[in-house]
Amino acid sequence: MSKIVNRTKSSPSFFRELNRNKALFLMVLPGAFLFLLLSYLPMPGVLIAFKDMKFFSSNLFTNFFQSKWVFFDNFKFFISSPDAYIITRNTILYNISFIVLGNVFAVVFAIMLDEIKSKYFVKTYQSAFLLPYILSWIILSYILYAFLSPDLGFVNRSILEPMGLPSVMWYSETKYWPFILFLLNTLKYTGYNTIIYLAAIAAIDESYYEAAAMDGASKMQQISKITVPMLSGIVIVMILLGVGRIFNSDFGLFFLTPMESGSLFNVTNVIDTYVFRALRGTGDIGMSAAAGLYQSVMGFVCIMTVNMLIKKFDSDKAIF
Amino acid sequence: MSTSYNVNELKPAGKMMIHAIISAYAVLCVIPFILVVAISVTDEKTLGQMGYSFLPTKLSIDAYRYILTGSNMVIQAYGITILTTVLGTILGLLVTSLYAYAISRKDFKYGRFFTGYAAITMLFNGGLVPWYLVCTKLLHLNDTFYALIIPYLISAFYVIIMKAFFQSGVPDSIIESAKLDGAGEFRIFFSIVTRISLPAFATVGLFLALSFWNDWWLPMMFIEKQSLVNLQFLLYRIQNNMVFLTSGLVSSDASASVADMPAESARMAMAVLATGPIILAYPFVQKYFVKGLTLGAVKG
Repeated sequence: MSKIVNRTKSSPSFFRELNRNKALFLMVLPGAFLFLLLSYLPMPGVLIAFKDMKFFSSNLFTNFFQSKWVFFDNFKFFISSPDAYIITRNTILYNISFIVLGNVFAVVFAIMLDEIKSKYFVKTYQSAFLLPYILSWIILSYILYAFLSPDLGFVNRSILEPMGLPSVMWYSETKYWPFILFLLNTLKYTGYNTIIYLAAIAAIDESYYEAAAMDGASKMQQISKITVPMLSGIVIVMILLGVGRIFNSDFGLFFLTPMESGSLFNVTNVIDTYVFRALRGTGDIGMSAAAGLYQSVMGFVCIMTVNMLIKKFDSDKAIF
Repeated sequence: MSTSYNVNELKPAGKMMIHAIISAYAVLCVIPFILVVAISVTDEKTLGQMGYSFLPTKLSIDAYRYILTGSNMVIQAYGITILTTVLGTILGLLVTSLYAYAISRKDFKYGRFFTGYAAITMLFNGGLVPWYLVCTKLLHLNDTFYALIIPYLISAFYVIIMKAFFQSGVPDSIIESAKLDGAGEFRIFFSIVTRISLPAFATVGLFLALSFWNDWWLPMMFIEKQSLVNLQFLLYRIQNNMVFLTSGLVSSDASASVADMPAESARMAMAVLATGPIILAYPFVQKYFVKGLTLGAVKG
């Protein structure tokens, strides 16, 4: 009922608007079409996870509709494999460390940068901080290799050897990788986060600090009583946004920097790399789709929860 | 200005400490790349004896000479990277700015609808498998040049950044007066809006250019053909297997070339060549880059 009512009410005004703003509709058309093809069309494709997807015709839709429903078979395989636990654990633990320490570093650096009143220095430091951000993960994996290569690497040859320590086979020893991955992620994104927080600090009204200084507040007191509380809003939003993506990870970091070393999978395999390997490596579409849907659903739950929390905390910042 | 006394500035000792900590981290950000540059200009034999080090005991540009003259693969990959970056950035800017401009207009009744239509794609997606199947089995992008461009042409994130720019930077009155003068919407967009929003175009264009230049994901998903491999993907392919490069040798005497290929330094020289242009351009565009980052954070 309500649908029909809606229709009769909105149709004429839609066409009137279409006629009036023809050009604006034309302007959104290419983008809207691309979103439709590349974002909306794949969405119902999550159902592939419940199918035994076969390709007997050249038409993707025919293949999709005629493939057999296997319901939860793909999930049973996925859940019962030891990988499910490992990739979930890795994804979540890495993300938690990235979110917590990443934001702490960025806030501390931003506060320090703000104390350097010289524009010249701030700009120079910013350039350096952002360098890792503009390099691709491929380049960063080459850089890492320059340090960690077992036979020629800088660490083995120029640090451990002169100290009389034995070489380390970096690409096969799992125990170092949580730290290596954390270090790389921090290096790549701290500059980015620092700039965001620096902008937030710059937006704080200078008169607060002047008044505090008049009253004899020390620098530390000003930071803990003015800067940090004023920043807490954006920090919480950044943390919550991170939590909303806690089931996703930076594919390049986990796939490229360990150079696909199989002996490291226990600590480097995350949901994204698992989905990719299942699709492109073993060609197991069902398994890949199941893991992908698992990630999407968990991510959806996280985003909804986070949005609810943001709404409670500061309704202006809510995503929807 | 510098002589004015500010009661709230740090004492010199405190400032020195901050400079020390921050510059230490700044060095940490930059120096790893210096190592790669150093390796690329070190003599291959020296590398074998001494390992990778910051100070090339014996300089050599053999690696660069080898890469640029020995194999046409690198030149070809450079061509693909430049072509995708230029075309992708121009087309991406066009599609993104048109969409963003339309939804930024207050008198566009469906602006809110199309804003939501874009924003939803940031929150939900079908995941890798359906996306891959749509791209390969429906759009047949695999092993085509388009595969390196189309998937990145529009992203909701850039649309929202640009919309924010237009909302704050393009006054309604200008559009209205242009309309009164009889200018059409597209004319208004191309001859007025683009001109007064140059920083917006510079910022988003920069991000697009960077993502096309640095892309290895799309070729990894879609490209098998050697002639369509871009720089980053070529780097990925030779990461474990430097000999791969020699399959594209110009020289007919391939076996001799494999033997005297400066593999270790050439590997790093490739990384330097792939990064060079963005590092050289970076100081000139940093302003827009930082602006985009902060705006993206506030709006995204």
